[in-house]
Amino acid sequence: MAIEHADVMRAAHLARLGLDDNDAERYVEDLSRILEMVDRLAEVDTEGVTPLSHPLDATQPLRADEVTEADRRDTFQRIAPATADGLYLVPRVVE
Amino acid sequence: MNQGAANMQWEVVIGLEVHVQLSTRSKIFSGASTAFGAEPNRQACAVDLGLPGVLPVLNENAVAMAVRFGLAIDAEIPEYSTFERKNYFYPDLPKGYQTSQMAHPIIGRGEVEITLPDGTTRTVRIHHAHMEEDAGKSLHEDYSGMSGIDLNRAGTPLLEIVSEPDMRSAEEASAYLRALHAIVTYLGISDGNMAEGSMRCDVNISLRPRGQQTLGTRAEIKNVNSFRFVERAIAFEIERQSELLEDGGIVVQETRLYDPDSDETRAMRTKEEANDYRYFPCPDLLPLMLDEAYVEHQRSLLPELPSEKRHRFTGELGLSAYDAGVLTASRPLAEYFERVHAVCGDAKLAANWVQGDLMARLNQDGLDISESPVSAEQLGGLLSRLADDTINGKAAKQVFADLWAYKGESADEIIAARGLKQVTDSGEIEALCDRVIADNPAQVTQYREASEDKRGKMIGFFVGQVMKASRGTANPPQVNAMLKEKLDALL
Amino acid sequence: MHDRTLAELARGLAGGEFTSRELTAALLERIERIDPALNSFISVTGEQALNAAERADSARQQGKAGALAGLPLAYKDIFCTEGVRTSAGSRMLDNFIAPYSATVVDKLERAGLVSLGKTNMDEFAMGSSNENSWYGPVKNPWNSELVPGGSSGGSAAAVAAGLVPAALGTDTGGSIRQPAAFCGITGLKPTYGRVSRYGMIAYASSLDQAGPMARSAEDCALLLNAMAGHDPRDSTSVSRAVPDYSRELDKPLDGLRIGLPAEYFGEGLDADVEKAVREAVKVYESLGARVIDVSLPHTGMAIPAYYVIAPAEASSNLSRFDGVRFGHRCDDPASLEDLYKRSRAEGFGEEVKRRILIGTHTLSEGFFDAYYRKAQQVRRLIRQDFLDAFDKVDVLMGPAAPTTAFKLGAKADPVQMYLQDIYTIAVNLAGIPGISIPAGLVGGNHPTDHRPVGLQILGPHFGEAHLLNVAHVYQQATDWHQRRPPVEGQA
Repeated sequence: MAIEHADVMRAAHLARLGLDDNDAERYVEDLSRILEMVDRLAEVDTEGVTPLSHPLDATQPLRADEVTEADRRDTFQRIAPATADGLYLVPRVVE
Repeated sequence: MNQGAANMQWEVVIGLEVHVQLSTRSKIFSGASTAFGAEPNRQACAVDLGLPGVLPVLNENAVAMAVRFGLAIDAEIPEYSTFERKNYFYPDLPKGYQTSQMAHPIIGRGEVEITLPDGTTRTVRIHHAHMEEDAGKSLHEDYSGMSGIDLNRAGTPLLEIVSEPDMRSAEEASAYLRALHAIVTYLGISDGNMAEGSMRCDVNISLRPRGQQTLGTRAEIKNVNSFRFVERAIAFEIERQSELLEDGGIVVQETRLYDPDSDETRAMRTKEEANDYRYFPCPDLLPLMLDEAYVEHQRSLLPELPSEKRHRFTGELGLSAYDAGVLTASRPLAEYFERVHAVCGDAKLAANWVQGDLMARLNQDGLDISESPVSAEQLGGLLSRLADDTINGKAAKQVFADLWAYKGESADEIIAARGLKQVTDSGEIEALCDRVIADNPAQVTQYREASEDKRGKMIGFFVGQVMKASRGTANPPQVNAMLKEKLDALL
Repeated sequence: MHDRTLAELARGLAGGEFTSRELTAALLERIERIDPALNSFISVTGEQALNAAERADSARQQGKAGALAGLPLAYKDIFCTEGVRTSAGSRMLDNFIAPYSATVVDKLERAGLVSLGKTNMDEFAMGSSNENSWYGPVKNPWNSELVPGGSSGGSAAAVAAGLVPAALGTDTGGSIRQPAAFCGITGLKPTYGRVSRYGMIAYASSLDQAGPMARSAEDCALLLNAMAGHDPRDSTSVSRAVPDYSRELDKPLDGLRIGLPAEYFGEGLDADVEKAVREAVKVYESLGARVIDVSLPHTGMAIPAYYVIAPAEASSNLSRFDGVRFGHRCDDPASLEDLYKRSRAEGFGEEVKRRILIGTHTLSEGFFDAYYRKAQQVRRLIRQDFLDAFDKVDVLMGPAAPTTAFKLGAKADPVQMYLQDIYTIAVNLAGIPGISIPAGLVGGNHPTDHRPVGLQILGPHFGEAHLLNVAHVYQQATDWHQRRPPVEGQA
């Protein structure tokens, strides 16, 4: 399936990646070639084949409902770009 | 145009998505505490913050709670369920995706019985219920032009319960929400505290001409957080949509917010871009397998559920559907009633007092049933004395007031101290009656001259006088009968 | 000391030939001297290393030292190390001081290993040449015009150059085995789930696996003993007993059934590489093994399937790098969207963006079934190919890469670069273990013309002990693993 400028811009927006038009052009080219390679998947007959999400047929282990994590806010916020009063700061959120 | 007229022409179709915070101690995928009210980000651990390299591990109690909910609504519990990632960017969503369930939710189809205010019941079908993690909170107070993000809530386990579009009025939607609230609080899987956001509701609502099968375009009202607001928001939305449709307009599929202050819904200001959540199986979580033994074990842990209680109350106890509905609305209330009943032995008397005097005082003082100054045992003791004619109704109210004001340990103690024991000795009552008849010759004459149909009313005067003379302790039916006999003898 | 194996160094430490502090200081000095030309380290943690070495020495004096105490190693900069920058080779994390340590780091630290620092890598493990690092490319110690392979190129180069006797890598599509082959060292990718992923910055969660890179299979066994096992913090780590990987290293190979997949010797395979691999197989035959021709019919579909699944998972895994809680944040964001878009555009390099875009696109509405679902179906077929093959043979053998190390800048086209992983990538999709061992030097007669060839050996799920045995017996019979590159100061 071909990929177009608009598809790249849409993916970039969904992924919140800032791209200018020149970047986008380059990605259209790269991504087209990658998808062309990927499109070979269509040659495989997968009728009735269950998709495989995990390489092992294992099942989910469960954790006991216990509080095991201590408050480490100060450590965690030392590496944060912007905080105040224990909150992470971001440009104003509008609903 | 008014709502009544709108309803004549349009059928309202409502479906609810209810998010219930499960009352686990730790989060769904991490060992951080879920306690409410901590300082910002003090309960956000590395996993909740989505630090590079962290991984989720599922909380066994969240699973158990979800399964118990499924059993309570008689739902299918699939052996196999999976977790998916719902991808979108928002500052209160640390990983850039919410771990949720989509393809194979933990709870399949089920049903919830709802009771309407007139006592009739209906069934609302549940499409499915799935587990997911809650997001954090954005605080919009001004931090020099910035918003603050608190991730304490991030990772709190949620059970999202998705109904079929089976409700046809605001009343039904509200009754459904109350029924869910009752179920989750009975099960003890959530505190159901709507004000703290433990139960949040998205309402999908559309209108269609009566008789039409296909559904109209729906609006989704996000995050309505009280029973009353659900009713108000739906009422507003019905009016808005019917006006639009009648003016030849169309309803736009959109997300709206209910503003309780203006009592209206408004479209959210977010740009109307098509969301594309790119769901895919979460590679960090494996399929959850629940075998029959596990499900049966969870079943053995179920308490008596609200609908079961309701049926027992109307059947075994002979209560009206309405009373049974009110009394089973919450587990603490139902249990309170049952303890009162166990002590006094009279279900109807217990029902009347719990719903009447007790609820009135609780409401007046803004108290929850669990905070009642009068214990179920105390009220039961009081009602026992009423039932065995030790006291009459008037005295009972006095005893109740004293118990409420902590002026006594038990009804018996107050009755004794205040001399409220009802006079049932017929000799004593006869003496009182004779004295009242002798003291009121004018009224006796009037009685004798009155037509038979008026006499019934006139006897009230004499009863009042006797009660007064006994300081309220005489047994009113006994007084009534005695006076009638004596006065009629004078005819 | 710098060209000894871990096992030899362990004997030196145990015998009192040198202390861990002496060894550590010598290697730190060597790194300082040699690494500026190689660029194999992103961070060298000399002070911490010397402290850890002293702790190991004093533990030894008190008779409390374990088998691995005091041995130096390095971590690919994708493993979180508390208090030390963990960059994943990205500008995005250039300022990220990890606030916690990965489970494997914890385990190895507890075993007394001494970390010399963090090795260079392709950004977020995306690459096959180590040219995609924010910290610049790594040079191959055999020839500075050549790439070391990727994405664990720094680890491979550092071990080959005698800067550290062993290092950890991660392998998502060949990132341990291909650089091990290009640099002439031994690198093991364990079965998916054998080693905890907690604290390893995720690229593609259902494919990523950590493993040892060292100078011998014996050393890989020593490290795997300390690394493997279930981690309660990683749901995908397997709870299955960990064997002693050193115990059966010497088991004779009589009757070993070696499968040679036809698809691994086809078009695109460099003639020199094929020759070296076939000679290695002959050595095995002389050791009592039997060769059987097998087929892995879906081999050609592994790269297409991988470039759907890995970017899809990556696009979601990398959403957490949003400039809010850690990592790079753009200057003066004008809005939330600006914060996201600029921080991510500035923080991520070209290849990472390419894969995020591919993954986002293939997961989006309308494309999911044709790409993601299809790729997962093909993934099952690829795994089945291996399961079928292991019904007939004990191990599979073939080249680790179609060529020897290529020149820096030689593969500017992304698809050409992706084809590097043709023999390694299916292994990750199937989750089976694989090891690459040195099996020849090809090229001209001058030492700087020598290019190592890697023999790849694959086994069934959890067959690491056998793989290490098969590799070790070969290393007892040959000396390719003892050849050292002509690094300065070698003579």
